[in-house]
Amino acid sequence: MSDKHKSESISRRDFVVLSGGVASAMAFPAILTSRKALADPTELNLLAWYGHGEPDVVSEFEATHNVKFKPKYYAGGDNMLALIAQSPPGTYDIILSDSEFVQQLNEAGFIENLNPEDYPFDDFIHDDFRNFPGHWRDGNLYSVMVRFGHLGVAYNRNTISEEEASSYRCFWNSKLTGKVGHFDWHLPTLGMMSLYNGNSQSPFDLDGAAWDEVKKTTMSLRPQVGGFFDYGGTFNSLKNGEMLAMCGIGDWITGVLEKDGAPVTSVVPEEGGIQWTESYCIGKDSKRADIANRFIQYMLSPYGQVRSAEMAAYPAFCVTKAGQAELRKVNMAEAERTGQVPGAANNPVTLIEEGRIHYRDIPRQQSLEDWNDFWSEYKNA
Amino acid sequence: MKPRHNMDIYALTWRLPVLVWQTLFFIAPLVFMIAMSFFLVKNYRMVEAFELVNWMKMFSRDYFWDSYVLSLGLAALATICATALAFPASYALAFMVSDNIRRWAIFFLIIPYFTSYLVRIFSWYVLLAEAGIANGVLGYLGLGPFTMLNTAFATIVGYMALTLPLVVILQTLSMANIDRSLIEAAHNLGAGRLRTIVSVVVPAGKVGLIVGALFCFILSFGDFVSPYYLGGSKPPTLTILITDTTKSGQQWPRAAVVAVTMMATLMVIAYSAIRYAYNRRQP
Repeated sequence: MSDKHKSESISRRDFVVLSGGVASAMAFPAILTSRKALADPTELNLLAWYGHGEPDVVSEFEATHNVKFKPKYYAGGDNMLALIAQSPPGTYDIILSDSEFVQQLNEAGFIENLNPEDYPFDDFIHDDFRNFPGHWRDGNLYSVMVRFGHLGVAYNRNTISEEEASSYRCFWNSKLTGKVGHFDWHLPTLGMMSLYNGNSQSPFDLDGAAWDEVKKTTMSLRPQVGGFFDYGGTFNSLKNGEMLAMCGIGDWITGVLEKDGAPVTSVVPEEGGIQWTESYCIGKDSKRADIANRFIQYMLSPYGQVRSAEMAAYPAFCVTKAGQAELRKVNMAEAERTGQVPGAANNPVTLIEEGRIHYRDIPRQQSLEDWNDFWSEYKNA
Repeated sequence: MKPRHNMDIYALTWRLPVLVWQTLFFIAPLVFMIAMSFFLVKNYRMVEAFELVNWMKMFSRDYFWDSYVLSLGLAALATICATALAFPASYALAFMVSDNIRRWAIFFLIIPYFTSYLVRIFSWYVLLAEAGIANGVLGYLGLGPFTMLNTAFATIVGYMALTLPLVVILQTLSMANIDRSLIEAAHNLGAGRLRTIVSVVVPAGKVGLIVGALFCFILSFGDFVSPYYLGGSKPPTLTILITDTTKSGQQWPRAAVVAVTMMATLMVIAYSAIRYAYNRRQP
């Protein structure tokens, strides 16, 4: 090899030095990335109704605890159960469930045991909420109630008076022919029809004869019905006046529209209303159970309760006294609108104690399939 | 015989991608869907089985057949409306404008497909609402207001938004390729404009007209958005029944029964239509 050639070629030593330099240069961004990774927020997988993982609810918790919510939204308890059933254990860290489905979550082994001492049960606004049906099993806690709301007659104030709306009878009012809408889910509507039929002791626990009567009553409403709507459709149709009354909903929809200036509202009629109840659970085998638990505690704190009460997607009542007090402090108008002030006629606790509220449940003597079958039949009638 | 053998390999090579594609993305999912229709659901989980219970359950329900007839009826009505509404426009574009204008017209007919169908349907929601633009215009003429949303009328409007531009394009392309000498011959033989259309243009453009109508039928029959958002799900079509069935109890196998029935119906209709389109008149 000539000297010239030697000087132009790269020696083994040069190669090692050069390679080391190149490798270091290439590794530098990786080092940066891995340092960044150390600061990356922890992902929390949330399974919930729409709105619960949105910034108005979770952003402050995310910032404080360096977590990032990854929400998966569902519509209806069956849908929630199916999503969990079809996912491997540990997929969801936090599960928001309608209370009537907690029992099924528990029986299927989809949720973790909780420590009751972690939550402010002593501060709950009603005794029933401390020991909500299905939330405890064999003395162990599996789910904690965080918010609730009441369903009744939702109506357009320009068409229907408060007096007319004080009974489910108003859905059959000739002024509403073709203008009664349905939230497209059988449980709330059939519960209301059951109450209208006088099954106030147990609207979801119907024997064969009572169930037949509920079907008959519901069918008689069909000529009044203008449509069956999902969440967005319910909002739109009430807002633009296409529907003047809505069966199967309550303040969780009209409250949002009311704040937006639409002439709609909801009342619990004389036959009684249905309560929807949302509870948090921790998913089985969650690797982030600790932070999930802290989020549940956050949502039960006075501040978290206000976030829930003012949730942009749909408002709810607070479950703790401290939460209600905080709401009155920061947003008295909303507290008054929703009756969360002492002595209000529509105070949610007063309504429960007067026996006018019935907790939504799954059918006790029929299967969900029977009720759904009838719902399909009703929609086709 | 050897050249023929080479020819087959050559042809097969070119056909292979289509075969693979169809097998992977049509036949395999279809077979799975058919198999799924025999599965069972236990505790919200699908369990592999071979049971006829889902078929018996769905076929024994009146609401299934009501939805079936409704879906067929609405799709047929949409097909008639789209074909009738598209024909004058297509005729004009094929015979009465320059090539340049026709190209621009086809371009403009494609533009609606640049936006999401769902967005277009929500625009119609605003237009058709009781206090919407359509009733506002009619109000100036002293008419209305009419209830248009949550009716079959609104569903058909939605189907038109989905299919009409496509039907116009297919009809136009078909008629633009008709040999002009045939039309001139008809005129020379004394046929008037209407007679020429009936006796020459329609038979000569038959394939395009039928394929356009077929696409309209297929898209309308399988559409969920218009009957749900504009028709108010009142009463539900088969597509809405599929979602209802999956929402409650996660009955995917029963939804598969509905879907397979829809597929079978479409296959019979599509096969008949194509066969009719390419059926040459006997001498």
